[in-house]
Amino acid sequence: MDKTINQKAWFLVLPVFLVVAFSAVLPLMTVVNYSMQDTFGNNQFFWNGVGWFKELLDPSTDLGGRFLASLGRNLFFSAVILAIEVPLGIVVALSMPREGWSVAACLVILALPLLIPWNVVGTIWQIFGRPDIGLLGYVLNHLGFNYNYVSNEVDAWVTVIVMDVWHWTSLVALLCYAGLKSIPDAYYQAAQIDGASRWAVFKAIQLPKMNRVLLIAVLLRFMDSFMIYTEPFVVTGGGPGNSTTFVSIELVKIALGQFDLGKAAALSLVYNLIILIVCWVFYTVMTNAGSERPVKEGAA
Amino acid sequence: MHSIPGRRLIMALFLIFLLLPIYWLVNMSFKTNAEIVSTMTLWPHTPTLQHYRRIFTDESWYSGYINSLEYVVINTVISIAVALPAAYAFSRYRFLGDKHLFFWLLSNRMAPAAVYALPFFNLYSAIGLFDTPWAVALAHCIFNVPLAVWILEGFVSGVPREIDETAFLDGYSFPRFFIKILVPLIASGIGVAAFFCFMFSWVELLLARTLTSVQAKPIAAIMTRTVSAAGMDWGLLAAAGVLTIIPGALVIWFVRNYIARGFALGRV
Repeated sequence: MDKTINQKAWFLVLPVFLVVAFSAVLPLMTVVNYSMQDTFGNNQFFWNGVGWFKELLDPSTDLGGRFLASLGRNLFFSAVILAIEVPLGIVVALSMPREGWSVAACLVILALPLLIPWNVVGTIWQIFGRPDIGLLGYVLNHLGFNYNYVSNEVDAWVTVIVMDVWHWTSLVALLCYAGLKSIPDAYYQAAQIDGASRWAVFKAIQLPKMNRVLLIAVLLRFMDSFMIYTEPFVVTGGGPGNSTTFVSIELVKIALGQFDLGKAAALSLVYNLIILIVCWVFYTVMTNAGSERPVKEGAA
Repeated sequence: MHSIPGRRLIMALFLIFLLLPIYWLVNMSFKTNAEIVSTMTLWPHTPTLQHYRRIFTDESWYSGYINSLEYVVINTVISIAVALPAAYAFSRYRFLGDKHLFFWLLSNRMAPAAVYALPFFNLYSAIGLFDTPWAVALAHCIFNVPLAVWILEGFVSGVPREIDETAFLDGYSFPRFFIKILVPLIASGIGVAAFFCFMFSWVELLLARTLTSVQAKPIAAIMTRTVSAAGMDWGLLAAAGVLTIIPGALVIWFVRNYIARGFALGRV
């Protein structure tokens, strides 16, 4: 890279720094502060040290049990939706029409679910899945399935997962499409001359070229599914029982529902730490992938 | 040979899967509540505009849309304005702590909104911004500013350095170069970044709901009102939902040619 060293560049970055610091650092300090204290109301606080953290990480307590259970559910949820959305997104990207008005039409329809407010996404599926007034629920029940996402855990899970696939597969598909578009035609011509099969073209040309965007897609999807709140909250409210209560839902219940500031703050910090670690891995892999490429090209 | 066998069928099936739930919402918004509850009809047999009329005439309903648009626009303007110079700096220069700063920004994009809900509530109450569009707009900066920096950095890096150098040789001052030359060159990138800020601010509910109570309540929060003692007002809920989809659909149309590149964060 031929970037020049210039410390004055800090002046250009300063506005961003101030705006984000105002929104990020002050609130985070508040959280750290709360996580070490206990309160009996009336703005009287007591030092509690690492008590909340001990409780949080101990599955035998109420708080710890709830946290670890919701964490487990959340990881399972993220794994399932990644396993569905990534292959499906690739297939959809490969199925995109090549030219003409249909490209624009497909792009607009694909992007549509991404621009619907998250609670409306929840509302759409809440209505769509209801056995009495929703098309999906009605059809399934008349086909002989006893489908009811309000009372049956499995149905609730299926609904939440299908909803997420509906909502976010387009993101993976659009990213992959952007990656595919950047492949020069010469690659395909060379493959044709070599008589490469369809599968070989995919494995040798398309998949390596999609590497970077796939990485972005997987990590964005992991992050966003790991902090999912609004959609399952609207559809199932975390139920039936606690079966679809993910970490964010649990956190909001503790923080804004019970106003248990200390517990909520401790949970927030651990939750944030997990995200931060994953984010760091993401960043390192991304920047390495970016810097390795020119070296390889130079060596070849 | 770029594509796979049966691609038309796959694409058609997937698009139907995407559109069917949306169709159902639109369908319901034109039905009377009696028709929704009593019969299962694939299209409105007695089409009515009563739900839309109610939303457009009742101030407590349509003010929600105005409130939402207000903070979304403020947020988009702030995000782009502060992100532009920063994107240029990250793209062109190396400076003390640049990598750490970039990572810190990125980590804020990934931070769960639920973590910040309560501290934001305290912070904005303390400085008297609670229940104003400014509170929500500033709160949404936490994920939109990093995103805008990220996208714009990709686009600025696509502009050859020679252009900067030529401009400075021609005697352009830095601000003049920035506004007269750089901004027009990355206009499509600014459009994409603005689109993404608009999108993420528009779809977010948790913070917007936590930071408002009466005056600046967003439409998404007002929608929860349709649950009443008499049961759900499904038709009204559906109509309100349809109206929230329209602004998004409009902006997609304008950026449709850049959308794929934008989703790859300007890095393809």
